[in-house]
Amino acid sequence: MSAAIAILIIGVGTYLERLSFIGIIGDREVPEWAVLPLRFVSPAVFAALVAPAVLLQDGSIELSPASNPQALATVIALLVAWRTRSVAATLVLGMATLWLLQAVL
Amino acid sequence: MRINQPFIDGSKAVSPLLIGVVPFGLVFGVVAADSVIGPALAWATSFIIFGGAAQLATIQLFDEGVVTVVVIATALVIGSRHVMYSAALVPYFQHFPRWSRFVLPYLLTDQAFAVSMVRFQDLDDPVEQRWFFTGAALTLWISWQLSTLIGVLVGAQLPEALSLEFAIPLVFIALLVLTVRTRPELVAALVGGAAAVIAAPAPLGLGLIVGALAGVAAGVVAHRVTQ
Repeated sequence: MSAAIAILIIGVGTYLERLSFIGIIGDREVPEWAVLPLRFVSPAVFAALVAPAVLLQDGSIELSPASNPQALATVIALLVAWRTRSVAATLVLGMATLWLLQAVL
Repeated sequence: MRINQPFIDGSKAVSPLLIGVVPFGLVFGVVAADSVIGPALAWATSFIIFGGAAQLATIQLFDEGVVTVVVIATALVIGSRHVMYSAALVPYFQHFPRWSRFVLPYLLTDQAFAVSMVRFQDLDDPVEQRWFFTGAALTLWISWQLSTLIGVLVGAQLPEALSLEFAIPLVFIALLVLTVRTRPELVAALVGGAAAVIAAPAPLGLGLIVGALAGVAAGVVAHRVTQ
């Protein structure tokens, strides 16, 4: 399947998610069994996207700042995000940390 | 032309949130400029998908060479929060004209939902509600299209040595921290991240799905235990 078709499918699917209750299901509550799991989708998916991307190199966990500066930069970014709750500040200071580590190590 | 006050109010209400949206859009564009799927298609996700986190995950997973079905599944799982927004808006949208119940959901975002839910409490007229939502949502849509486009144009000029691909996990780190407000949410994040690392060798990029499902399950269990 080409990337363009996959993206169109995602686009239609995302629209149907937005439309779901407003246009199709109507005035009914979200079923009880779905309410609780939906609350944990964002933290679980975001962590699952981040952790392998910043911790793994060639399939194994690499924490040494010299060979994987992204791991240490991630720790700094987590602290910045927690203190500032700002996406922009996390980006700027996270990138700055990575560049600094790449320059000195 | 008569100036429509609720439309302007909606646009104004959402404008402080643009401080967060526009830099995100610029960064997405910069990353998209370098994607294996090509800058044009990567930018087109801005109006085809119109959801920053889902768009960013789509780009990341295509660049990692993950199998297409997993890319689609991940993007739709990230978008699943819109189902909750949709349900919460039914009491208001059911008084809107039929066509708008099918057109306006395309514009539904975290930010448009947030400002509308707050404002609808004091706004009784469905016509004014509809214009307010349209003003907020359309302002956001235009800002997103333009900021991602500018990002793509700028990103194509930037050198590779800047390691800008690290911007993808950085945005997800910030979104992660913003969505972790309770202990069960923290458990969901920790287990989701750990499971995704352990399951990373799984074929077809399924490790991500395993991580996400494990995280959601752990969150539910943690919630039940702490109740």
